[in-house]
Amino acid sequence: MSTLLDVEDLRVTFPTRTGLIEAVRGVSFSLGRERLGIVGESGSGKSQTGRAIMGLTPPQARISADKLSFDGIDLLAASPRERRALRGKRIAMILQDPKYSLDPVMSIGRQIVETLRTHEKVSKAEARERALAMLEAVQIRDPRRVFDLHPHEVSGGMGQRAMIAMMLIAGPEMMIADEPTSALDVTVQLDVLGILDRLVAERGMGLIFISHDLRLVSSFCDRVIVMYAGKVVEQLKASELSQAQHPYTRGLLNCMPRIGFERHPLPVLDRKPEWAA
Amino acid sequence: MTSAISIERLEVVFDRFRALKGVSLDVKEGESYGLVGESGSGKSTLLRAIAGLAPAASGTIAVNGKTLGRGRDKAFYRDVQMVFQDPYGSLHPRQTVDRLLQEPLAIHGIADGEKRIERALDEVGLGNGFRFRYAHQLSGGQRQRVAIARALILEPSILLLDEPTSALDASVQAEVLNLLEEVRRRRKLTFLMVSHDLAIITHMCERLMVMQNGEAVENLTASQLIGHRVEKDYTRNLLRASEGFVRG
Repeated sequence: MSTLLDVEDLRVTFPTRTGLIEAVRGVSFSLGRERLGIVGESGSGKSQTGRAIMGLTPPQARISADKLSFDGIDLLAASPRERRALRGKRIAMILQDPKYSLDPVMSIGRQIVETLRTHEKVSKAEARERALAMLEAVQIRDPRRVFDLHPHEVSGGMGQRAMIAMMLIAGPEMMIADEPTSALDVTVQLDVLGILDRLVAERGMGLIFISHDLRLVSSFCDRVIVMYAGKVVEQLKASELSQAQHPYTRGLLNCMPRIGFERHPLPVLDRKPEWAA
Repeated sequence: MTSAISIERLEVVFDRFRALKGVSLDVKEGESYGLVGESGSGKSTLLRAIAGLAPAASGTIAVNGKTLGRGRDKAFYRDVQMVFQDPYGSLHPRQTVDRLLQEPLAIHGIADGEKRIERALDEVGLGNGFRFRYAHQLSGGQRQRVAIARALILEPSILLLDEPTSALDASVQAEVLNLLEEVRRRRKLTFLMVSHDLAIITHMCERLMVMQNGEAVENLTASQLIGHRVEKDYTRNLLRASEGFVRG
C-alpha cells in the first residue's frame, strides 16, 4: 500500500495568557488509501490534528513535526500558495454542521461550482453540468432544484450531502471528515455514511474520519487511532476493537449504554494521570 | 397507581404548522418514561407543552391529577422542573452557581436557602468548592450537574429531561445518567425523558413512545424494544440505525 500521508511527532501548541497549551503532543501515523478513524473526547486534540494536516490551524498556534508530508510534499515547508493549491484540490475536508460550514448567502450550486473553478479551468456550462452530476452522485433526488437552493432551505442531511459533493468535485486524493454526521439524525447518519463509503471506495481515496463515537467509527473504518489528552494512546484494527488493550479505549467502549445490556449504574471512566503522561 | 402526567389528544400549532397532531400519553407516578424520534418529530415540543413553553391549541394536559389551563402557577413549577439539552446555553453566563441556585428559592420564597444549596450541590456530586464559580469555569458535565441541582432544589416530583446528555462526551454522559438514576431512586421522582438515542432510553426508562412528524408511532415497554418485538417499520429502522454502520 502506498503511503499518502506521513505524520511523525506532530505537535500543535497554543499560546494563552496562562502559558502554552499543547493541544497535540507528538502524534504519529501514516495513511494509505484506506479509512482511518481518529477517536477521542472533546479536548483530545483529534480535530486539531485534522486541521494541522489541512493547514487550518489558527495563526497564533505553533506547529512542529519531524515529518508532515502528503504524497512526498513537505506540508510544513510549503508556501501558503502551495498549500492553497492542495487544499480543496487534493486534500478536502468535511466539517460537522452544514448549517455553519456552508456559505449562507450563496446558492448550493454556486458554492460547488466555485470550488471546481478555483482548481480547474472549465467553462461555466461544464462546471454546472459537473456540479449537477456530483449532486446526483451524493443521492440528491432533484439536483436541478437543489442547485439553486440556499443552505437554509435544505435539511441537515441534504446540506451534508451538498458539502460532500462540494468536497469531492475536484477529485481529491485524501479527505478529512471531522464529525461529518454528528449533527444528523441517526437514520440520516447512515445514509450519509453509506454515500461517503461508496465514493471513497470508488475513487480510491484516503479518508481520515474524526469522531467522538468509537462504535460508529469502528463499524465504518479499517483502522482506528484513539487519542487522549493530545496523544495517541492506542492504534488498532477496527475489527479488533473488542480486544483493545488500553484502559481508556476499553472505558470508552464500556461507558455507553447498549440496547440489551442492562448495567446499572453504567461503568464510568476512572481517568489515570499516567494516560496523559 | 395514579398518573403523574396525563395528556389527551394534545395539539400544538405554530402559525400553520402542526407540531403535535393529537398525541396522548400517560405517565404513572414514579415511572421513567421515554420519548424517542428524529428531529422534528415533536418530542421536545411535547415536553415544552407540559412545561408551558409551547402553546396547546387543543387537548388536555393533567399533572398529578390537576388539569392545566393556559398559565402555570407557582405550585406547578415547584412540582415540575426541566433540564435542558445544552448546558452551555441554559446557565446564565454572568451569574455564579450560588446565584443561579438562589433564583428559584427566591421566586418561591423558601427560607433555608443556605442549607438547600449546600445539599443540592452535594447531591449532584459537586461540593461547596463550586459554589462561587461561573458557568464558563465549569466543564460541560459539571454544568449539567448544576442544571440538575437547580431543578432539584425545589424538590419537584416530576423532572422533564430534554436530551440531557447529548451535548456531553460519552464518559461524562455515563456519569450524568448514573446521577439521574440515583436521584430518581432516592427521591422517587417521575421522569419524562426525551432522547434520539434508543440505547439511552432503554437504559433509563421502563416505557417509551416512538414519535414521528408530530404523531405517536408506537408505545412500547423497554423490554419489548430490547427484544425487537416492535410493530412499526419506523421503529425497526431506528433500531437498525442504532446498531451502527453496516457496509451494504
